[in-house]
Amino acid sequence: MAHIDNTDPLLQEITGPTPGQMLRKRVFGHQGLLIGAVVLIILLFIAIFAPLLAPHDPYAQSLMNRMEPPVFLGGTWEHPLGTDHLGRDYLSRLIYGARVSLLIGAVAALISGVIGTAMGVAAGYFGGRVDMVVTFLINVRLAMPVVLVALAVVAILGGSLQVVIVVLGLLLWDRFAVVMRASTLQVRGREYVAAARAIGASTPRVILSEIMPNIANNLIVVITLEMAHAILLEAALSFLGLGVQPPTPSWGLMVSEGKNMMLFEPWLVLIPGAVLFLLVLAINLMGDGLRDVTAPENRS
Amino acid sequence: MTRQSTQSSPVLELRNVTKTYKVKQGLFGKARPLTAVNDVSLSLPRGEVLGLVGESGCGKSTLAKILLGLEAPTHGQVLVDGEEIGAQDRLSLARRIQPIFQDPYSSLNPRKSIFDIVSLPLRVHGVGGPQDWEKQVREILDIVGLPARVMNTYPSQMSGGQRQRVAIARALIMKPEIVICDEPTSALDVSVQSQILNLLGDLRREFGLTYLFISHDLAVVEHLATRVAVMYLGRIVEEADVAGLFDHARHPYTQALLKSVLTPEPGLGVPDTQLGMAYPNPIDPPSGCQFHPRCPLATAHCKAKAPRPVPTPQGLVECHLYDTESPMFDNKAA
Repeated sequence: MAHIDNTDPLLQEITGPTPGQMLRKRVFGHQGLLIGAVVLIILLFIAIFAPLLAPHDPYAQSLMNRMEPPVFLGGTWEHPLGTDHLGRDYLSRLIYGARVSLLIGAVAALISGVIGTAMGVAAGYFGGRVDMVVTFLINVRLAMPVVLVALAVVAILGGSLQVVIVVLGLLLWDRFAVVMRASTLQVRGREYVAAARAIGASTPRVILSEIMPNIANNLIVVITLEMAHAILLEAALSFLGLGVQPPTPSWGLMVSEGKNMMLFEPWLVLIPGAVLFLLVLAINLMGDGLRDVTAPENRS
Repeated sequence: MTRQSTQSSPVLELRNVTKTYKVKQGLFGKARPLTAVNDVSLSLPRGEVLGLVGESGCGKSTLAKILLGLEAPTHGQVLVDGEEIGAQDRLSLARRIQPIFQDPYSSLNPRKSIFDIVSLPLRVHGVGGPQDWEKQVREILDIVGLPARVMNTYPSQMSGGQRQRVAIARALIMKPEIVICDEPTSALDVSVQSQILNLLGDLRREFGLTYLFISHDLAVVEHLATRVAVMYLGRIVEEADVAGLFDHARHPYTQALLKSVLTPEPGLGVPDTQLGMAYPNPIDPPSGCQFHPRCPLATAHCKAKAPRPVPTPQGLVECHLYDTESPMFDNKAA
C-alpha cells in the first residue's frame, strides 16, 4: 500500500481524459444533435430578442396593405414575408409567435415532466400499492382525449396563454409516467441498486443518484416528444380558436387565420406551418442526439 | 490459527433465521408461503471463510440479502458482534458488512465513473472531503490491483475481471469486518476467476476480513473456505470444516454435489449424481426430509419424519443415517 502523491504531474497525465472532455468529444461528433441544437438556439435567440429583430409592430394593422405577397412571390422588402388579412407584417408576427410556441412547449413539458416523472419513478421503485394507484391514474388519464378536455377547460375558463400552458401541462404527463415507470422497474432490480442500499444510501439518494441517471436518456426523449406535442397542440387549439386568443401572434393562430385564403394565398398557411415543422424537427433531432451521446453503450 | 479463531467469539451469528415470502398464484389465487430460508443457524468466527454451497434457488442469495440488511428475516436473529442487525441503523451495519455481487456487469452503475462508484461509500458515510476521497480511492484501487488511470473511466470500458476488482474496491473502502461474496467469480472466465480468488484470499489475510462465500462451485469453495455449509431448499443440511466436508461428506446431498464436479478427464462425460428427479418446487416442499424424493438412500421413515441436526466430529448434519436415535442409524456410515 504505497502512498501515492496525487500532485505528481506524471500521475495526472496517465489518468486520461476526464468524463467531461469525453462528453464534449461525443457531442461535437454528433451531426443530428448539432443541427437540432443550432436551429433551436437560433429560434430561442429570435424569441428572446423579438422586439429588436421584428421590423414592424406585430399588432399594427394597415388595411391599405392587406395580404401583400412575400418578397419571393413579388412583394417588397418593406414586408419580406408579406402581410396578413389585416395588413400586419407577417415576419414580425412570425418572430413574436416563436415566443408563444417555445414558452408553451417548454413550460408545459416541464410541468407534465415533473408530475409524470415523480409518479412513474415512485410507482416503479416502490411497487405494490403505490404502483396500483399510479397505474390507475395513468389509465384514467389515457381514457381522456386531450383535445376534448383542453377544449372543455378552455371553453369554461376562457382562452389565454396561461390557461393553455397549465391545461397542457396537467394533461401531457401520461407518457412521462408510463415510460419512467417502465424504466425504473427495469433499473430497480440491478445489483448496483442493491449495492448502493447495502452501502447505506438513503432511498432519495438511491433514486436520485443510482436510478435517475440510468433513466435520464429515456426522460430526455420523452421531454422533447412532449415539448413538440405541446407546441403542436397549442397550434391545434389556437387553430380551433380556443388557444391563444387574437391578436396575440401564435403560429397556430396564423395558420388558422390564413386558412380562408389558403387557395389563393397559400403562403399564409405554408410559412407558419414550415416554421412549426422546423421547430418540432429541431427539438426531436436534439432529443435523439442527447439520448445518443448520454447512452453508456456509446462510450467505448 | 484454527484454534485461535475458534476461541474468539463469532463475528457473525445467525439464530434460527427464516424468511418466508407470500407468493400469489394468478390473479385470484390465494397467496401461499414460500420458505426461502428455513431455520438457518450459523456462526462465523472472525477471520474465517464460510463457504455456502447449494443449487440455484436453494436460498443462498436470500440469505445474503438478509445479512446485508436488504431483507428482514421473518423469524430469527442475525447478530453482528453480538448485536442484532435489526436494532442497528443501516449506516453502522453498512460499515461492518459489505457485499460483492455475482455479476460485475450489473453491480456497477454504468452511468458512474469508477471514481464515483468506489467513493460512493465515503460520500454516503460523510467521511472526509473530496481531497481525501481521491487519495483513498487511489489507495484502494492500488490494493485491488487497478491503475489509478481507471478512475475516470466507465464500467463499460473495463473487462469483467477489472469490474469485479472495482466491486471489491468499493466493498473494502470502508474497511468492513465481514464481506458477503455472492458468487463473486461465477460470471468470470476461468483464468480471471483464479486471479479474483487469489486477490480475495490476499485481502483477507491483509485486512483480517471474514467472508461468507456463497457459491455453487465446489472447487472454488475448497480453494478459499475454512468451513462449508451445504444448503438445500432453504435448510443447512450439512456443515463441516473444509477438510471434513470434502473428505468425509456425510449427507447424501453433499455426496451428490461432490460427485457433480466436472473433471477435465476426457471420456468421463457428465457425472451421474443419481439425484433422479429435478429440484422440487419450494412452494410445495416434500414431506419429512425435504431431500427424500431425490435421495438414493431414502426410506419410508425419511418421507414421514424430518431429520434433526446431529453433531459430527467436524460439524453438523441433518440426516437420519447419522442420528443414533433414528431407526435408520447406520453405524458404518457414521
